[in-house]
Amino acid sequence: MKLELRGITKRFGALVANDHIDLVVEPGEIHCLLGENGAGKSTLMNVLYGLYRAEEGEILLDDVPQHFTGPGDAMAAGIGMVHQHFMLIPVFTVAENVMLGHEKTNFGGRLNLTAARQQVREISSRFGFDIDPDALIEDLPVGVQQRVEIIKALSRDAQVLVFDEPTAVLTPQETDELMVIMRQLKAAGTSIVFITHKLREVREVADRITVIRLGKVVGEASPSATNTELASLMVGRPVELTVHKDPKIAGEAALVISHLSVIDHRGQLVVNDVSFEVKAGEILAIAGVQGNGQTELTEAIMGLQPRVTGSIVLDGIELRRESTRKVLDSGVGFVPEDRGEDGLIAGFTIAENLMLDRADGAPFVKAGALQLGSLAEFAEHKIVEFDIRAQGIGTHAGKLSGGNQQKVVLARELSRDLRLFVAAQPTRGLDVGSIEFVHSRIVATRDAGTPVIVVSTELDEVVALADRIAVMYRGEIVGIVPGTTPRDVLGLMMAGELPDSAEAAA
Amino acid sequence: MTTVTGNQGVSSSAPIALASAMVRNWKTPIALGFFAILALVLFGIFGRPGTSTFRLSTDTDFVQIPMIPVDARPASLITSVVLVLIAAWATRLVQRARRVPLWIIAVFAVLFLFTFLVWASAGLRAIPVAGLLVGAVSLSVPLIFGALGGVISERVGVVNVAIEGQLLAGAFVSALVASATRVPLLGLLAAMVAGMLVSFVLAAFSIKYFVDQVIVGVVLNVLVTGLTSFLYSTLLSPNQTTLNSPQRFQRINIPVLSDIPIIGPTLFRQTIIVYIMYVAVLVVWYCLFNTKWGLRLRSSGENPQAADTVGINVNRTRFWNVSLAGAIAGFGGAYFTLGSVGGFSKEMTAGAGFIALAAVIFGRWDPIRATLAALLFGFATNLQSVLSTIGSPVPSEFMLMLPYVITIFAVAGLVGSVRGPAASGKPYVKG
Ligand SMILES: Nc1ncnc2c1ncn2[C@@H]1O[C@H](COP(=O)(O)OP(=O)(O)OP(=O)(O)O)[C@@H](O)[C@H]1O
Ligand SMILES: [Mg+2]
Repeated sequence: MKLELRGITKRFGALVANDHIDLVVEPGEIHCLLGENGAGKSTLMNVLYGLYRAEEGEILLDDVPQHFTGPGDAMAAGIGMVHQHFMLIPVFTVAENVMLGHEKTNFGGRLNLTAARQQVREISSRFGFDIDPDALIEDLPVGVQQRVEIIKALSRDAQVLVFDEPTAVLTPQETDELMVIMRQLKAAGTSIVFITHKLREVREVADRITVIRLGKVVGEASPSATNTELASLMVGRPVELTVHKDPKIAGEAALVISHLSVIDHRGQLVVNDVSFEVKAGEILAIAGVQGNGQTELTEAIMGLQPRVTGSIVLDGIELRRESTRKVLDSGVGFVPEDRGEDGLIAGFTIAENLMLDRADGAPFVKAGALQLGSLAEFAEHKIVEFDIRAQGIGTHAGKLSGGNQQKVVLARELSRDLRLFVAAQPTRGLDVGSIEFVHSRIVATRDAGTPVIVVSTELDEVVALADRIAVMYRGEIVGIVPGTTPRDVLGLMMAGELPDSAEAAA
Repeated sequence: MTTVTGNQGVSSSAPIALASAMVRNWKTPIALGFFAILALVLFGIFGRPGTSTFRLSTDTDFVQIPMIPVDARPASLITSVVLVLIAAWATRLVQRARRVPLWIIAVFAVLFLFTFLVWASAGLRAIPVAGLLVGAVSLSVPLIFGALGGVISERVGVVNVAIEGQLLAGAFVSALVASATRVPLLGLLAAMVAGMLVSFVLAAFSIKYFVDQVIVGVVLNVLVTGLTSFLYSTLLSPNQTTLNSPQRFQRINIPVLSDIPIIGPTLFRQTIIVYIMYVAVLVVWYCLFNTKWGLRLRSSGENPQAADTVGINVNRTRFWNVSLAGAIAGFGGAYFTLGSVGGFSKEMTAGAGFIALAAVIFGRWDPIRATLAALLFGFATNLQSVLSTIGSPVPSEFMLMLPYVITIFAVAGLVGSVRGPAASGKPYVKG
């Protein structure tokens, strides 16, 4: 089906999120939308999907103008969407999620789960998914949840499929698999809109590329364009895609972790007897496929895990049994993996979020009262310094685009005197310009003599930042290797094997 | 054609097998141990001498079962030793990193209750077991209807603190309409409408205007209490015979079933309201988990945005289901006037709505479990009145506390982790 958007304009108050956007997606085409954080990509897709009402403009499917009053209409017209934040009911099964909204029923109004299961299996087998229709969504890894979203859209015969940053939460393998699925869909005649910040993916699957900046279409690019060209078109200025990093001048071991084990709430040993140290002025990257204990390891350092054994010594002080408050007070900065869940309070303003972990004393609180003046000044300054795109410091964090939310978290954590910086997935969902910025801030933190731990599932990021790399697999550290280790060796290590060459180098 | 599989290589879709380290949960053995020792010391060792008698049949029963006399001291001693043994067994299970099965806890609870009753009635009049249960069901009826309303409303995403108001409105209007028209059935219908009207206000303010649901609920309770009290004094009280003397529903004995000892009088010699209740509980339970209505309702209460993206009108779903919940609770209110008392009096619901709310939570937002919880609360309340009529030494205030104490323990997590509908209480504001 051919999709055409004509002159779409969407405003949020004074902010023009989409400014007369035109877009044509031909049948069987993969059309990439590129643009900075907050450029208005998700907004445009939500207009297409009937979630937002555009102030101006038309949506045409096969040259017929459409008038959607809600997602129901859009779906009926053949539009499906895999949202940036999954739209699944965690306590329902896969089959229930897939049937929701267009349920088939048997005699007496009983849900026809058999048909729904059959549909899940049928679509799964078409794409080679391995999904149990009766599994609960909350028990599934994100990669599988995303497949459920795809099945959901296909179960309604979507002719136009929108993928809004589908790869941000996927492992490299899952990403490759998704690319294969997209090509299959394309071959079957489905029109695909694909939003991503990863230029490698764009060049791999895109037939056409449209670049959006500040709510306007700024141009089209051909898939053969180089990364640098694409990046500078997006950001509007030349971007350095690789961080500039001086050789390390590492000092003493500042953080020493020995025999650390963590048992999670289900009683699983998720971190198993891990020992390593991080020197002052060094970046230790922790690589590995999502779910191999990295999250729990960082949470253990922060005092967020209840059942931890072993020791965590920072500058000679034992932190293991300390409260999170104490850990923060001893100078640990922390960027959590899930900014929406653990990093921000959506209903608070940017300014309030910037002082979240400093609510118990100067400079923002005196004698129990908020110092609104100094807070505003501080927030204004940080918005400029970290290039947070928002209407003002009074904007609610929940209204920011994903990348800008991440910048708020980073701004908060990097504005204190740090003795240790722990960043989990610091650039997840960020555009190339922001990644450049965040990486340079992390390197600057290292150069200031602070030990840094970066947890990342993204090999590019690991290689770009790390002085040394620790690879985790099934709760254990497979090995610690130099930052110059080749990618294929790292890939093997992420699967749990330690090649001899790597062993020798470490 | 290329295919991909979910579990290739190091893809995270493959569950990561980790060494399992069992976390022991000591809550259950500790609680059981506490109650077992309490029973042993209080009822067993320092028990009261005398004979306790259990009367299992009612006078009208077809088959009469003789009274069962028990010698209090030895009987209590024996059962409390058994209780201690069960607690020890539970401890052993947890030590071996196993879960304590629910039936053990149930057996423990029944035995504990028996020990308690033997102790409390030693040397006194016989305990009318059937009467105890009949009364318990009777007290539970409005609680169960209220809890059903609460379950539906919370499952769809609106916290229903106004159950009390819905019950009270139902009770008042049913008395008025049934008296004025002389048709009890019309009273029932009117009760549903009344409960629904209260819900309309709750729904309108919380869904349309995003006012905090708990606050609207509390305000509604106060409003309905004031309104019914005022109308009672000005309208009903001066005209007791014409406006406040509804004809009560007659008890209907179900043939055969009503002759079963104990169960018969408890469950099958009831009014139409109670029979409708049996059906309502089953229907709500079935529909909630097996129909399109239930699936959509629950999705609106769990993740309204996701429901919206598949074309479900969340706010409409919420509005009508909260109204339905009000109608059900209002129906339950009619039981006060048309089922048991036979007339309205000021604030006659006396907090039943709040106990129903507790039953919703205790029952983990499940219609059947909430019904069982409501029955438990009704039983505790009736136990108190039966014990005080036979002159037992237990202070009645203590027994009245029981439902609330149980709820606090339940909510504190003694019965496993309690997790309500994720979006309950949160208004859904579109984009
Ligand atoms: N509901 C809303 N209310 C007010 N402003 C909004 C709302 N949703 C988005 N915005 C604003 O509209 C702009 C575009 O946001 P959008 O989410 O479309 O960006 P995006 O291109 O998808 O960015 P990202 O790559 O970070 O996901 C941003 O400035 C954002 O703050
Ligand atoms: Mg977006």
